[in-house]
Amino acid sequence: MKSIIRFIPLILFVLLGALLYRGLFLNPQAMPSAMIGKPLPKFELPRVKSEEQLVGRDDLQGNIVLLNVWATWCIQCKYEHPYLLNIAKDERIKLYGLNFTDDRNAALSWLKQYQDPYVFSIFDEQGALGLDIGVFGAPETFVIDHTGIIRKRFAGPINDTVWKREFLPLIETIEAEMAQ
Amino acid sequence: MIPELGHFALIIGLAFALCLSIVPLIGVAQNNQQLINSAKPLSLGLFIFLTISICLLAYSFTVDDFSVKYIANHSNSLLPYYFKISAVWGGHEGSMLFWVFALTAWTFAVGAFSKQIEKEFVARVLAIMGMIAVGFILFTLLTSNPFERLLPNFPAEGRDLNPLLQDIGLIIHPPMLYMGYVGFSVAFAFAIAALMAGKMDAAWARWSRPWTVAAWSFLSVGIALGSWWAYYELGWGGWWFWDPVENVSFMPWLAGTALIHALAVTEQRNTFKHWTLLLAIFTFSLNLLGAFLVRSGVITSVHSFAVDPGRGMYLLVLLAIAVGGSLTLYAIRSAKVSSPSRFTLYSRESAILIAMSILITATVTILLGTLYPLIIDAMGLGKISVGAPYFNLVFIPLMILLFLFMGIGPLIRWKKARKGELSKHLNKISVFSVLFGIAWPFLFAGEFSVWAFVGMTLGCWIVLAVLKDVLNNAKQADGRWKFSAVPLNHIGMAVAHAGIAVTVIGVTMVSTYEQEINVKMSPGENVNLSGYTIEFAGTKDVLGPNYSAIQGQVNVLLDGEFVTLLKPEQRTYKVQSMGMTEAGIHTNLLRDIYVALGDPLGNNSWSMRLYYKPFIVWIWLGGFLMAIGGFLAILSKRYRKRVLASEQKRNQSNPMVL
Repeated sequence: MKSIIRFIPLILFVLLGALLYRGLFLNPQAMPSAMIGKPLPKFELPRVKSEEQLVGRDDLQGNIVLLNVWATWCIQCKYEHPYLLNIAKDERIKLYGLNFTDDRNAALSWLKQYQDPYVFSIFDEQGALGLDIGVFGAPETFVIDHTGIIRKRFAGPINDTVWKREFLPLIETIEAEMAQ
Repeated sequence: MIPELGHFALIIGLAFALCLSIVPLIGVAQNNQQLINSAKPLSLGLFIFLTISICLLAYSFTVDDFSVKYIANHSNSLLPYYFKISAVWGGHEGSMLFWVFALTAWTFAVGAFSKQIEKEFVARVLAIMGMIAVGFILFTLLTSNPFERLLPNFPAEGRDLNPLLQDIGLIIHPPMLYMGYVGFSVAFAFAIAALMAGKMDAAWARWSRPWTVAAWSFLSVGIALGSWWAYYELGWGGWWFWDPVENVSFMPWLAGTALIHALAVTEQRNTFKHWTLLLAIFTFSLNLLGAFLVRSGVITSVHSFAVDPGRGMYLLVLLAIAVGGSLTLYAIRSAKVSSPSRFTLYSRESAILIAMSILITATVTILLGTLYPLIIDAMGLGKISVGAPYFNLVFIPLMILLFLFMGIGPLIRWKKARKGELSKHLNKISVFSVLFGIAWPFLFAGEFSVWAFVGMTLGCWIVLAVLKDVLNNAKQADGRWKFSAVPLNHIGMAVAHAGIAVTVIGVTMVSTYEQEINVKMSPGENVNLSGYTIEFAGTKDVLGPNYSAIQGQVNVLLDGEFVTLLKPEQRTYKVQSMGMTEAGIHTNLLRDIYVALGDPLGNNSWSMRLYYKPFIVWIWLGGFLMAIGGFLAILSKRYRKRVLASEQKRNQSNPMVL
């Protein structure tokens, strides 16, 4: 009897180990971002290319809107830029930019030098809109559907693999919803 | 080239660790002195190569070698040099390297400062620490190599260290914490070596005591620094959040506290051996479990490291080998441990036993609270989180009980207290403590408060009990006082207990009397905060090395007299485009004034959070006092004195050795 008692710590540990093993296959990070399923917050900000003309939520027209957060200080943005030019040709979506805590002249020369894939870019110098939608860093891309609801947030640069895996299925889903 | 050398040094370190975990044990089995003697040089080699490795990583940080993936992800050329160096342990990979480095430093220290211990025993201890080193160096090399390159296309600029970590607190907090975590591996190795040898007398408790107390002291400082950092850096004014990562550092501390008390009893009374063995294993297991929980992504936390299931699997296997192996060893070998318990109910043994039981219960309840979301998720019942209400509900009553016994423990006799003796010691101080607890809320706030009464009474009680104990020891037979007669380890205990009391007082005062105001302020406006006038003078733009900031100018006045100018900031770190709140804080022993800048509300007005936090600095001062107490105890002559005696004895009986 006494020898069994000495095995109790071991038995407890085995049970704990089984729980931890199970835990490895769960994903606590799968908690959706707070903004997903909610409409884009209201804002009034200038465009990169025009200081005077303020744009707001309703100016992001299109059935499926991609809002790409970028900045000239962001190296990954440079990496994803050529692919954005590619995406912009896709008829199904409209690509808008959110120029995030950046310098206007730098942003303008960037768009000149590398071409401008965006319908227009919002100029968010203070990062106010970025904070509202929970931007951690650039690049990030948000998908907003035909009803104005944020459907997805992707952090990191977009390339062909990412586009096909993360974005195309969602675009098809939204199109199917629109058809109904 | 340099990073490859660092990588290579780590691999050589692995080779040393492998030899260290095998060769001395063969020596012990074959009674081969030469092989037994190899343990110390091997531990020296292990330490040297890990030092080289971590220094080369730090060097690569200072020269901005962004071809190294870890550096590209955690540094930037604009980062000040001291943050480049602290970035070495700012992420998962580098902190693992630091962890292993700290482990080898402890291993080397055990080898260097153990001349008085039997060679066979040291050989076993070092071999076990070598095994732990093998496990963690392999983990670092295979799953988390900080020297991995981004070749040939490496970035011209790094992604910068997380702005939250760009702070003095984060330069010293992780090293202290890791020194503590790793230090408990010494106690673990001593326990396993004792189980292997089947020899568990008071000697091994005496040998492992200073090491365990040192680890505990480091951990105390580490936790206090972490709490302090969260307070001034996160901008919420809170100092403890029951976040899983905090819990993971707190559980080994609680278990370690129980362990140092069990060790004390084992050394002085030759009993509680099973407690000591199990607690040594338990404390070390909690460290491993903590590493697993934080680094596998099983639990979400504000401190999350980069997550990779491969790492989790490796750590789980490591946990299974280390903990499963040692508990199996315990189950098989512990029958040999005779632990005679010859004490009555009214004795110091009983008081310590109760205190240990409370500490272990507290550890287990925190463990349950931390793992509960995982249990629910694993059973498919959804996702929940366990917050502060649960922890406060279970933890505070346990601590009140614990503090009561903390007052009794130092004043009661070992084995059997004489009738009436305890009440003679305690009557006056208990009456005084209760009166103090009743009077304090009236003096401080003019009205009674139950929590202030409970907290202040207990704080006072703990301090008076250890004070009384020191006085009892200083009082000579002829009635004169002689404080030099009080053994240093006794003073250490008293200081550490007083540290607990200081923390208790800080926690009580802050939780009872803190004030928080959320207010919109325009330049020139002022508000009243617990008697202080807080005047907002406007903002100005400032530029740091790698951030730009809006800095509020806030004057603090008391009775019309200028106290200080606080400069809370809203920073924007360019590279990670992360907004950061930098609170403006004025600290003295009696209170903190804490101002955090919120959002701009137009017309130069800002939302602001103002806090008045009485006695908050006591919380961390207590932590440092505990550590000072620990280190004082280590310096005690008792460890060296007996050491010399035993050495002489050994040299006499065995003149050939040496």
